[in-house]
Amino acid sequence: MIVEFTLNGEAVRWEMPPDTKLLDALRVQGLIGTKQGCREATCGACTVLLNGRAVFSCALLLAQAQGGTVETVEGLGSVSDPHPLQRALVDASAVQCGFCIPGVLMSAKGLLDQDPNPSEGAIRRALNGNLCRCTGYVKIIEGVTLAAEEMRRRV
Amino acid sequence: MSLKVVGTSVRKVDGLALAAGGPLFVADEIPRHTLVGRALRSPHAHAEIVSIDVSAARALPGVYAALSHHDVPRVAITTAGQGAPEPSPYDTFILDKKVRYVGDPVALVAAETAEIAAAALKLIKVEYRPLPAILSIDAALAEGAPVIHDEPEAEMPIPVHYEPEKNICAFVDVASGDIEAAINAGDHVIDGTYEVHYAQHAPIEPHTCAGWLDQYGRLVLRTSTQVPFHARRITARALGLNVRQIRVIKPRVGGGFGTKQEVLLEPWVGALVLAAKRPVMIELDREEELVFSRTRHPQRVRMRTGYLADGALTGTYMEVHSNTGAYGSHGLTVMTNCGSKTLPLYRRGEVAFRGTTVYTNMPVAGAYRGYGGTQASFAQECQMDEIAQHLGVDPLALRQKLHIRQGEGSPAFAMLGEGKEGVEQIVQSCGLAECLKQGAEAIDWYGKRGKPGDGPIKRGIGMAALMQGSSIPEIDMASVTLKMNEDGSFNLMAGATDLGTGSDTVLAQIAAEVLGVSVNEMIVHSSDTDLTPFDVGAYASSTTYLSGEAARRCALKVAAQIAEVAAVELGCDAKAIHLEGGYAVGPEGRQISLARVGAISLYERNQHQIGATDSAISHSSPPPFAAHFVEVEVDTETGLVKVKKYVAAVDCGRAIHPALAEGQVEGSVANGIGYALTERFIFNEWGKVQNGNFGDYRIPSAEDMPELVTILVPTVEPTGPYGAKSVSEININGACPAIANAIYDAIGVRLRQTPFTPEVILDALDAKARG
Ligand code: FES
Ligand code: FES
Repeated sequence: MIVEFTLNGEAVRWEMPPDTKLLDALRVQGLIGTKQGCREATCGACTVLLNGRAVFSCALLLAQAQGGTVETVEGLGSVSDPHPLQRALVDASAVQCGFCIPGVLMSAKGLLDQDPNPSEGAIRRALNGNLCRCTGYVKIIEGVTLAAEEMRRRV
Repeated sequence: MSLKVVGTSVRKVDGLALAAGGPLFVADEIPRHTLVGRALRSPHAHAEIVSIDVSAARALPGVYAALSHHDVPRVAITTAGQGAPEPSPYDTFILDKKVRYVGDPVALVAAETAEIAAAALKLIKVEYRPLPAILSIDAALAEGAPVIHDEPEAEMPIPVHYEPEKNICAFVDVASGDIEAAINAGDHVIDGTYEVHYAQHAPIEPHTCAGWLDQYGRLVLRTSTQVPFHARRITARALGLNVRQIRVIKPRVGGGFGTKQEVLLEPWVGALVLAAKRPVMIELDREEELVFSRTRHPQRVRMRTGYLADGALTGTYMEVHSNTGAYGSHGLTVMTNCGSKTLPLYRRGEVAFRGTTVYTNMPVAGAYRGYGGTQASFAQECQMDEIAQHLGVDPLALRQKLHIRQGEGSPAFAMLGEGKEGVEQIVQSCGLAECLKQGAEAIDWYGKRGKPGDGPIKRGIGMAALMQGSSIPEIDMASVTLKMNEDGSFNLMAGATDLGTGSDTVLAQIAAEVLGVSVNEMIVHSSDTDLTPFDVGAYASSTTYLSGEAARRCALKVAAQIAEVAAVELGCDAKAIHLEGGYAVGPEGRQISLARVGAISLYERNQHQIGATDSAISHSSPPPFAAHFVEVEVDTETGLVKVKKYVAAVDCGRAIHPALAEGQVEGSVANGIGYALTERFIFNEWGKVQNGNFGDYRIPSAEDMPELVTILVPTVEPTGPYGAKSVSEININGACPAIANAIYDAIGVRLRQTPFTPEVILDALDAKARG
């Protein structure tokens, strides 16, 4: 089937079998920043934003993106031009193995888009679906807090 | 000496690339037309394969290989990625005619898609003859128990006790002296048995390995491993190849914690690639990762300790029964580490250790962060509290009185090694006294202890003191290669495996410090068996200590070469030159930039490549120390234990990168709390684990975590690079005992078995109420 949607700000038109998961569609198209940690909607490594909401892309069909907007880590920023969230997580030494980080970033972006000045509790809630085995979350929370400050300063 | 780079929290060298979601992990970048590899797994805990037929699977369109034990070399290996010869038994085959636990691989397929691979697995016909299964340590040791490893090939490659016909994977019995006399010299004797349970590492990236044949027909394996060089050697043995025919590439690794010290997928992928003549990738699914990869050895630890009325210890006998599951990976060394990573912590008088590791038809244990230290610290630290309680003294004060000091040794060091005798050691750096002091202050030990409160929710404070090691002495080796470029940058090639720990950054810092440059001048590559020099890999808390020392030595060699070139240019003696701020600086302020030195050496005069390789071996394993303190709330109505605050005060020598060191502490503590409270396997009566998913095997999430305070207590370890010791393993050992001790403070119930689930708490309260 053909699915048309907006991916990281650009209109795309992908033709794939109707049972294709959004996670697989992204990775097949070369957007490998979105990771697979379980395929069971339990780890959060595959988190993307669909219409602004953080979702597990392993639990969605590509078809569910029809007419919508999808944001992935590739849309956030790059090594040479990182998003404040990416920079802040690195500066806070929150990136250990980094496998959970793209998902963490998308959940955090979903939160900051709604609430530019979140409490620590709100950050923990927003990230609760993103399992990280390396960090104990301490520096991840610090990084998101730092990024929120930086982004508030910018506007 | 003032340090410029070491001791600062520079940006992790791979941080932004990871945060940008680049193609850094195995599954992110695979050759075109890579096939999907899958394993068929045993539904039985113990069975003989009477017949197996993969022909229908092989005939399915889209299937390129289907292998049973008939199709692979029959060579016994160990999956334990340890140095050669491994101190683990050769008891594992790529595929075998017998299965020994639920999940044991029976057949392998490689197909165009995951769907076709799944369909192919369904077409494999297997006839099993079920055998009686052994599902506990006691059943393994019972008279007349079925023999799990009755294959004639099973052998131990080193001369140690191995008795598979009795299901004994390893046995050790050592003593420093007359232990009975020493224990009985005490005014009191305490005899306690403590049990710890199965758990799994749960890296968010499961084991993943892709393989293909290169243009010369060599087998290339791009794999998520902690041990590329051991993976190459063990895979070569399993497949009947030479080491030179295999190249192992380790890209970024999505967490390991020990489970990726196992060579699990590489031989399978190799066998499938050779059969299919196409690239193949195997990615374990979450259940396979959680239950069918490797786990923590569950153990029963008994400690008998004699002590005087003033608290001094006269002798301790530790007896460990360790369950290695169906295969003996790390079965000996995790068990001996139970003693060597705990007993030296206190002045104990005489010590004795007896350990038995048994085979069972249960999930396979292996290396897991903490490596015996986790299991035995639970026993040791609970028992310290019990002694204090019996004597009516403060458990913190008792530890302060008894713990090992700088300049002291322990009979346990020389008594217990890894597959051979240990190495005598004198502790040359010990910040434990300060850890105990600062940790106690941070948790408000004196203010909050012994005040459970009146309501149904009781509060308690508990603690544990800890030690580990840094590398395996007289066994481990690490190497680093550096070469200089004409812009003054350096390629740093390390066999050491950064698995998310930040070791690439730490090695870069150490080399940069020596060379007087910033970390930005370091281009780090790790690891590739074709390109990077040998290193045993990331385990035994060795990377910063040992690979860091290799980086320091290598950089010193390169610095000397730079000085030679600079001396000619500056017209001075090479000895008069030092490196600073990107310059070679000579007398009277004369200086030349490293970029010029690089350009001259490559293009202009006396042309040569400035570069070196150097190695480091360890002669000791200096222990890091830690004191952990925890505040819990126990809900006496629901049985729920909540950790409110956790303080980890840690002496890891000089922290090369303080923020990364803290990160190691925080991650370890989180994992320890999960182990103590929620992470466990639920078995059915047939030995099958029922909860192989993150929904039911609960690792801590962001909202589960308490307030976590990390205190780094600096010391300088004279044998470590810039004074560093290890940091990553020790801090997983504290949660179980500290929480158990805090639960005792809250509700007066002594738990000697992990984990502390609501059912356990309610049962214990019940038993207490009934007297
Ligand atoms: S891969 Fe989607 S939640 Fe784990
Ligand atoms: S950084 Fe490794 S899982 Fe989060």
